[in-house]
Amino acid sequence: MHIMEGFLPVEHAIGWFGVSAPFVVAGVMRLRRIVRERPQAKMMLAAAGAFTFLLSALKMPSVTGSCSHPTGTGLGAVVFGPAVMSVLGMIVLLFQALLLAHGGLTTLGANVFSMAIVGPWVSWGVWRLAGKLGASITVAVFFAAMLGDLATYMTTSVQLALAYPDLSSGIPGAIAKFGGIFAVTQLPLAIVEGLLTVVVMNALSGRAGKVDEIQVLCGEVRG
Amino acid sequence: MNNHRSMWLLAAAMILVSLPLVVPIFQGSFSGADDQAMAVITQSRPDYQPWFQPLWTPPSGEVASMLFAVQAALGAGFLGYVIGRRHGSAPKRDDHDGD
Repeated sequence: MHIMEGFLPVEHAIGWFGVSAPFVVAGVMRLRRIVRERPQAKMMLAAAGAFTFLLSALKMPSVTGSCSHPTGTGLGAVVFGPAVMSVLGMIVLLFQALLLAHGGLTTLGANVFSMAIVGPWVSWGVWRLAGKLGASITVAVFFAAMLGDLATYMTTSVQLALAYPDLSSGIPGAIAKFGGIFAVTQLPLAIVEGLLTVVVMNALSGRAGKVDEIQVLCGEVRG
Repeated sequence: MNNHRSMWLLAAAMILVSLPLVVPIFQGSFSGADDQAMAVITQSRPDYQPWFQPLWTPPSGEVASMLFAVQAALGAGFLGYVIGRRHGSAPKRDDHDGD
């Protein structure tokens, strides 16, 4: 999902920075409030960041014969809500842009939007919806992480399609083209991300079988 | 029971990741999807020049893979620390209810 350095036209690059900035500002404010009101949640916040750090470094082979990586933003979005992940995800993307030449500074706004905003918001929405539908915590966490991951890659496909419409079939054709590269590759990896998120959530909570344990994780209830 | 479930989930994840490498119908160079997307762009617009270069690029694939490994190790290391701490500080629960 990393759009490489310099690969978005200037106006697109600036535009995505503009779209992402308010989310990141809101994320910083939310992060500060969590740390102030429930300092016991600090450790879990750092763990949520560590999880995206870990997962976004793992490039895995997929059925399309290419490699891609999960994002790991679903876990933090489920525990703390989507806002904080805009900040944690941006830190990961900055690390990769500066030290790995993976992604870039000019494309940071666009990459933050797909990985640190759309993904976490979709994860959080799925998590809430699944809870309302009466799904078990495990099932809800799995689909939250999996669909958030997919949403990130679909967003990247749309971002590239907007910048590079297909010369004959326009933006829809380009979405199909980039989606074929990203979204199809991502399908099995999104399932892997869902599985890993369930396992890590379990390990962190002792047993994420109950909602109150998620609340303990986010520090709303003292564990 | 719960730990058993985690083992099964991890096994399923491992199978999903290794399947494309061992099943012959999934063929390819296993290059990065990011690079493939950039290749599509440069193919359809050969005259496009990226207008900004990374400030620093790892000098070789080896250095890059080391940095990726460092990234994963930092993440996994800290995650393991938090999991261990939480388990260490958790009150002993005697719930052998087979849940």
